[in-house]
Amino acid sequence: MTAILKVAGVSKAFGGVQANRNVSLEVEAGRIVGLIGPNGSGKTTLFSSIVGYHPIDEGSIRFEGQEISRLRVVDIARLGLIRTFQQTRIYGGMTCVENMLISSSQRDARLLDLFQARSPEREERAGDLLDFVGLYPKRKLEAGSLSFGQQKLLEFAMALMNQPKMLMLDEPTAGINPTLINGLIDRLKRANEQFGITLFVIEHNMRVIMNLAEHIYCLAHGELLADGRPEEVQNDPRVLDAYLGAH
Amino acid sequence: MSDAHKKLAGRLAILAVGLAAPFLFPAYQSQMAELWLFVVFALTWDLAGGQMGYNSFGNVVFLGIGMYACVLTQVGLLYDIGIYNGARGGGSATFVFDLPHYLEGLALGLPVGALLAALAAAVLGAFVLGMRGHYFAICTLGLGVAAGEVANSWEWIGAGSGMVPPTPPQVIGDLSRFYYYFAFALAAVTFLVLGWLYRTRFGLAINAIRDDEDKAEAMGLQTTRIKVAAWVIAAVFLGVSGGILGNLKRFIDPIDTAFSGATFGVWMVLMAILGGKGTLWGPVIGAVLFEVIKEATWTYLLGWQRVALGLLIVIIVVFFPQGILGWLRERFPDRFGRRVEADLSGTAEETAR
Amino acid sequence: MLDNLLILVQAPTITVDLVLNGILVGAIFALAAYGMALVWGVMNIINIAQGEFVMLGGYVAVIMSAHGVHPLLAVPVAAVLLFGLGWLLYRTVIFRIVERDLFTSILATFGISIVLQQLMNTVFGGDVQVAQAHLGTLLLMGGMVTLAQIKLLSFALAAVLAVVLVLFLRRSRLGQAIRATAQNARAARVLGIDTDRVYAATFGLNAALCGACGALVAMAYTVHPYIGLPYTIRSFMIVIVAGLGNLAGVIAAGLSLGAAENVAGFVLGTQYQLAFVFLLLVVVLVWRNWRLARKRQYLK
Ligand SMILES: Nc1ncnc2c1ncn2[C@@H]1O[C@H](COP(=O)(O)OP(=O)(O)OP(=O)(O)O)[C@@H](O)[C@H]1O
Ligand SMILES: [Mg+2]
Repeated sequence: MTAILKVAGVSKAFGGVQANRNVSLEVEAGRIVGLIGPNGSGKTTLFSSIVGYHPIDEGSIRFEGQEISRLRVVDIARLGLIRTFQQTRIYGGMTCVENMLISSSQRDARLLDLFQARSPEREERAGDLLDFVGLYPKRKLEAGSLSFGQQKLLEFAMALMNQPKMLMLDEPTAGINPTLINGLIDRLKRANEQFGITLFVIEHNMRVIMNLAEHIYCLAHGELLADGRPEEVQNDPRVLDAYLGAH
Repeated sequence: MSDAHKKLAGRLAILAVGLAAPFLFPAYQSQMAELWLFVVFALTWDLAGGQMGYNSFGNVVFLGIGMYACVLTQVGLLYDIGIYNGARGGGSATFVFDLPHYLEGLALGLPVGALLAALAAAVLGAFVLGMRGHYFAICTLGLGVAAGEVANSWEWIGAGSGMVPPTPPQVIGDLSRFYYYFAFALAAVTFLVLGWLYRTRFGLAINAIRDDEDKAEAMGLQTTRIKVAAWVIAAVFLGVSGGILGNLKRFIDPIDTAFSGATFGVWMVLMAILGGKGTLWGPVIGAVLFEVIKEATWTYLLGWQRVALGLLIVIIVVFFPQGILGWLRERFPDRFGRRVEADLSGTAEETAR
Repeated sequence: MLDNLLILVQAPTITVDLVLNGILVGAIFALAAYGMALVWGVMNIINIAQGEFVMLGGYVAVIMSAHGVHPLLAVPVAAVLLFGLGWLLYRTVIFRIVERDLFTSILATFGISIVLQQLMNTVFGGDVQVAQAHLGTLLLMGGMVTLAQIKLLSFALAAVLAVVLVLFLRRSRLGQAIRATAQNARAARVLGIDTDRVYAATFGLNAALCGACGALVAMAYTVHPYIGLPYTIRSFMIVIVAGLGNLAGVIAAGLSLGAAENVAGFVLGTQYQLAFVFLLLVVVLVWRNWRLARKRQYLK
């Protein structure tokens, strides 16, 4: 197996706050990998660094072997590396279908491609994916009028619509009704299997991440604390300390 | 009648009225020509302002550039511009434009105006469209005034004494009627092109930028190019409308006609908001309503016109920001294609079958 | 243009003259800018009518001097009158848009500025006017540098006003309430601060500041119904360069702007001075944006 994403020695500080310190990790292609850690341990910061939201202070980030730590957000997205946001972000003034239609892959797309009329295949795919996350009945509603959980699902569907090679999800189950969570885990797994998308998931819900991930990294105070198979990490005393100890 | 038929009938009716109007109301030809230009103003403003969320006070830059470029081309084809403007366009005996030359000048001038306006939009846009929100609004306000000031001091184009477009040959007949048809055609083309544009993915892309630009970027949309493209499209139509307006008014004042932030510049914004930002028909409705109100009251408001205009802006912005179409949509959502209820009629597979 | 540049190099006294006079007017720019920053920071409103407030203050001085009152007295009178106007505008219009986005405030205050322009034009006429303070001129460096005493006086008064304002914001109860609201309006409300009153006072205070500036402008420079907008743009530019709530920065930026404008007016020709101001605004904004983009470092 080859690593699709390779993070090596990445550090990032905001003023005096050292959000990430010398973080190194790898995500293998086709896998589901988890990222856990107490609040404020720098998980979201690491995601943002990877997709180019801010420059990193040092280290290297490689996606499919290509150094991306100095690329811009758009260019990274166009390589097929997409993230979702912890504070869900959708296009509130547009309908769900429209949200989906404009989210289709931009890889190799040029400006002129935007001037074509809507294609039936794309619309069908949008409908299918909305169905996949259970939002099909709401497809004509304004996305801004959806509930928080529904917006989360819509954002997930939009990310799938983009047909990324790798998808980074920031707390996909936060704010989702517990009874729906099992369904969501199922969908994440299916996205991984059916569409072949590598998943890198931040999650606080231990049950979810144990179920989902094949490999887990744990951050604490910005540093990589432990990594391994779910059971290993779960039973690692340092991880328990980090979660139970003061943070 | 089906919806498509109704739509066609409606458009044909507008076409018929538009074509016949100068003969039905010959006394109001120049106002009606202005009306169609206002429709273009409002529509093109809304392309960036309403649909893309980039509220510009500086679109007059493109109007003015189109106006000067067109008229300068018209004159420059036959005469030396410096001398022409030095004579203040005076003495139509000296500067004669016969029919072929006049039409030739126009046929060349309008595209040149469009081209230069588009060029300006591309260059300025590359710098300015990176700004968000109010910074963009105030920056474009500055651009509009600066352009006016530059034109106001530039001797070659007539500086503060303005510029007189070529005197049309006698055979053209009624100048207002002549340019009315240009204005009407331009408004129709603008409407159709923007209507098409909003149905493409480009339309969705600029809406996405309006709703959440960072998200659009994170999804791989090349937002900078898209924004510049939108501004360029707006500038093309504005540039042509500038050429028409200059010839219609028969006199170009750098600050009061060409780069008039205080009139056309604000009116564009006001018309679009009045009719309903971010819709195709809103700006059209707003422009028609504004022109009618303006013409009906302007003469009675002598000396108070700008007070009335200012108050109108305040009232609309404060009490009626959603505009006429926005309000109608809120009142009668189902009639305006906006769903508020879930459609439970089944899953994708069922509908596909 | 190049000739003029050459003159500046060959005759440094002219440069000194231009820069000094620019700095003197810059103090007024800085004061108006501080008012704009106050309203922007506390109420999240960008006041486009800033320049019209200044002009109105100027007309107070013009009228008072026409009636034989010394226009220096107009400084406090204009401040009081403009405070009233600001307060009134808040109670009628501004309070409805405090919670809305900045573009709404820009458009609404733009509307207000248009109304004020034409009202001034109707009431005071469309001529350029001044308020004669009957003060002499100071000659320095062998007469090569001329400084009108009224400009020096207005500079000093602007400085005094700035000090008074800072003391007011630091020491008085209302000042503290204003600063608390600027920090966090919701928390201030929880603490029992009537933010609505604070907003009204802030908007009035800004108008008063502009009014005082205007009286100084009328004495040292000129007033006209339609030259308010450049003052607004200058304020905006200064605030952007200095940042909100940075008085030292506002002063530095204001004085530099005054000097730069004066020199540019000489080099380019005075007819291009306004164009310079507005183009400088564009340049400043583009520069700011470029810096921000670098900070986010969307590097390639
Ligand atoms: N833009 C920023 N500016 C300044 N500090 C920041 C910024 N973003 C994050 N931080 C700080 O960096 C640290 C890590 O934050 P981050 O959001 O990455 O944590 P997290 O692991 O995602 O936490 P959570 O589980 O609560 O989402 C925190 O102390 C936070 O305050
Ligand atoms: Mg986080």
